[in-house]
Amino acid sequence: MLLSERTIDLLDDGKLDELIGGTEFPREKFLKGGGALVIGFSVVGSALAGSAKGASARTAVGPPNAALIDSWVAIHADNTATIAFGKIDITGAPTGLLMIAAEELDLTIQQVSWAPWNTDTSPNQGFTAGSNSISAGGPQVRQAAAEARAVLLGLAAKQLGIPTSKLRVRAGVVSNVDNEAQSVTYGALLGGKTFSAPNTGRAPLKPVSQYRLVGKSVKRKDTEAKVRGTHPYVHQLRLPGMLHGRVVRPRGQGPYSVADKVVAVDESSIKNIKGVKVLRRGDFIGVVSANEQDAIQAATQLKVTWSQSKTMPGNGNLWKHFRTVKTTDRFARNIGSIDGGIRSASRISEASYSISYQAHASFGPSCGVADVKSGKAEVWGASQAMYSSRASVAGLLGVPEATVLFHFAEGSGCYGRNLQDDAALAAALMSQLAGAPVRVQLTRDQEHGWDFYGPATLVDIRGAVDANGKIAAYDYVSYQQPWVFNEATDYHAGRPLSLGGFGGADIENAGSQYKITNHRVLGRSVPNDSQLPKVAYLRAPAAPQALFASEQMIDELAWAAQMDSVAFRKLNIENFRWLGVLEEAARLAGWEARVAGSAVGKGRVKKGRGIAIGGFASTFAGIVAEIAVDTVTGKIRVEHVYAAHDCGLIINPNMVGQQVEGCVVQGVSRALIEEVKFTKSRVTTLDWESYPILRYKDSPEITYTLLNRPELRSSGAGEPATAPVAAAIANAFFDATGKRIRTMPMTPARVRAVLKA
Amino acid sequence: MANTLKIKVNGRVHQVAASPNTPLLYVLRNELRLNGPRFGCGLAQCGSCSVLHDGKEIRACITPVAAVGKGAVTTLEGLPALWKAKSRTTAKTDDLHPVQQAWIEEQVPQCGYCQNGMMIKATELLNKVKRPTEDQIKSHMNTHLCRCGTYPRITKAIKRAATTMAKGA
Repeated sequence: MLLSERTIDLLDDGKLDELIGGTEFPREKFLKGGGALVIGFSVVGSALAGSAKGASARTAVGPPNAALIDSWVAIHADNTATIAFGKIDITGAPTGLLMIAAEELDLTIQQVSWAPWNTDTSPNQGFTAGSNSISAGGPQVRQAAAEARAVLLGLAAKQLGIPTSKLRVRAGVVSNVDNEAQSVTYGALLGGKTFSAPNTGRAPLKPVSQYRLVGKSVKRKDTEAKVRGTHPYVHQLRLPGMLHGRVVRPRGQGPYSVADKVVAVDESSIKNIKGVKVLRRGDFIGVVSANEQDAIQAATQLKVTWSQSKTMPGNGNLWKHFRTVKTTDRFARNIGSIDGGIRSASRISEASYSISYQAHASFGPSCGVADVKSGKAEVWGASQAMYSSRASVAGLLGVPEATVLFHFAEGSGCYGRNLQDDAALAAALMSQLAGAPVRVQLTRDQEHGWDFYGPATLVDIRGAVDANGKIAAYDYVSYQQPWVFNEATDYHAGRPLSLGGFGGADIENAGSQYKITNHRVLGRSVPNDSQLPKVAYLRAPAAPQALFASEQMIDELAWAAQMDSVAFRKLNIENFRWLGVLEEAARLAGWEARVAGSAVGKGRVKKGRGIAIGGFASTFAGIVAEIAVDTVTGKIRVEHVYAAHDCGLIINPNMVGQQVEGCVVQGVSRALIEEVKFTKSRVTTLDWESYPILRYKDSPEITYTLLNRPELRSSGAGEPATAPVAAAIANAFFDATGKRIRTMPMTPARVRAVLKA
Repeated sequence: MANTLKIKVNGRVHQVAASPNTPLLYVLRNELRLNGPRFGCGLAQCGSCSVLHDGKEIRACITPVAAVGKGAVTTLEGLPALWKAKSRTTAKTDDLHPVQQAWIEEQVPQCGYCQNGMMIKATELLNKVKRPTEDQIKSHMNTHLCRCGTYPRITKAIKRAATTMAKGA
């Protein structure tokens, strides 16, 4: 593990606890072999299996050369291995990556561990986003491990005097297939030494049919530390001499692109709190103190007068605003003829759907730690994009990128929030201003109120069905803002905020599950300078919104054709994987064919079931929701959710299952209750009361099938299952009540309004 | 600033440097270096800061350290010892509490940030009710939030822990 000279000094002095306040970065991770310090993954092309104590220090700046095996794999004398990768941990995927590496190397899961993440030593595998850790990161790790195995087999062949074709490996022991006693371990072959060999990209991969580890429900490597309370969250990193920092911002964001200007700061307002320093650069204000409680108190109490903008539409006028503002329009798909399709159709259905802004609402507020010195800045954050964060920090501090070392340290679940690591940037800025290490933790109202929200979406669809139940036309128009990526960087640097690219339509989930010959998908990009909150990527970005509209319309067409919702979909699906998740979800739920809404009950509480299919990141999901609607209170209770999930080859069923369950619970939460509210001035949903999430009692029963397809490459599992949940619930609502609910979240007030109409 | 405030945490008495109105959470984390309880909201809404106070779950983020008084505070880190003291088994000090063990067996944590509070709250329940029903579990745990959606696994883990504790106690 390479941290820094300073870290290593501390380690040498036995002051590890001082550094991290406990046992959290387990010593054995970087102390191996009689206490000799293994300085992890070092440095471009040189030894990670470093032998000499202190051989550590920062001799080169990463990313390490991905074309060298040593950048990915280190073999230790005790016959264990450390694997380095650039995909960080937000959903447990690193355990899956270790399984992939161990499989290829013929090691057990106990013999492998991951290297800590930082920009000197982690291969640059790009962003950890889009559920791509296993799908895109996995093949790179697999190849590097296969390369390592090939080199190790070559060494064994030489040492044992046996051709490689006569060798086999079990748990890192290479032996003669004909004589088990003739053997040598990886550790003996290479322990503590480097491969010094290229990652050729040509080493043979183990056929899936021979997998022994991949496909098993191995326990996550991080679970025990999380259960003991020793897991190294960034929140518990403590540096010597560290100050606690808090950012001072207005409560709740105003319109994006209208930066809050500081009109006046009254430092006398905190004169009763000793030892607090106010830090300011332009319109950025922070406070620091050696005492965390004092920093919090000062941030709350400091009197700052901000410019006040009253130009937002307010969430009540949002949809009118979307329709009024000048959009940029672009077709994502335009095939066949909508008019022709509609002329040939027997039934036409037309509807508009609207979905509110929703928050990531990370459970622990964002946190970052930084130590900025002259010529060297070290920053820790939960960034999903280490290398991009390094560049942002360098730009912010006005220093060369090579002088910045960015460490990933896990935060709380973020669901896309940490693609912009503003706490780490604030820490870096405040450390530079204070001349001391600074730990910044956002407040709950900042986490809720300054989030990069999942975009509000307005969708208009015209659909048509012919006399045979085939979809004759599908005309989909979506209004959405472009996602912004640089806001955190721009804000801390005091630059004008970037307005982002194009707010397009989610083509994957706008009817593309079906064979539609007359199909149009139009994205209307709502400009980010039109006085709205900021938006970016929220778990399965844009997919739940798109499906809430598109899969309701499919159901509306099924109803127009007086067909069962599953039968109608089957008739219009071509792709076997969509068909697979549709049929499996229906089977799990014991789906009996009938036209939706044809069996509306008479009582106060009405029950129904609905289905929807959708996906994300090339993974397919089918969801059936069984719900009960209290027609007096308007509360929807989701009783049971059935999910079918197809992500190709499954690496670890237990971990995929965790994600499916989490996606369902979060999906129900977003479907029913989550809504960012704002006035003309500011966002007002700033805590768990004003922005509630699903509670324990309201969590549905969940039954699911993970369809394994060993012949198909693995795709992502962290997001897809959440995509169709809201649509399935909305379809169940129609089945239960005979009325369509086209606004999300489907709150009791909206339900009552729909039932009254 | 100097005061003689003392609190009992995980079986040991600690002198506290912080002012009496400092929330217990900051004392636990910054002075005692206990990282189980975590800051989530500072409003007693989410439960990530929970600790046991004489066996009752409290929110450390809004409890002034002075309010702890002579009561015994148990954090996540103190659960193994709590179990060792309670059970008639020969659990070693380092052995996990059945609740923690069940959390591993059922693979509950995703990000894990809320799980401190979840395990504390579950321990509170199982100390009162040996074999909670599913409804009792849901109702008891309803004051704690999880953003990753681990509720279904927590229910399974609590049932598993109840079985272990019934055998061991």
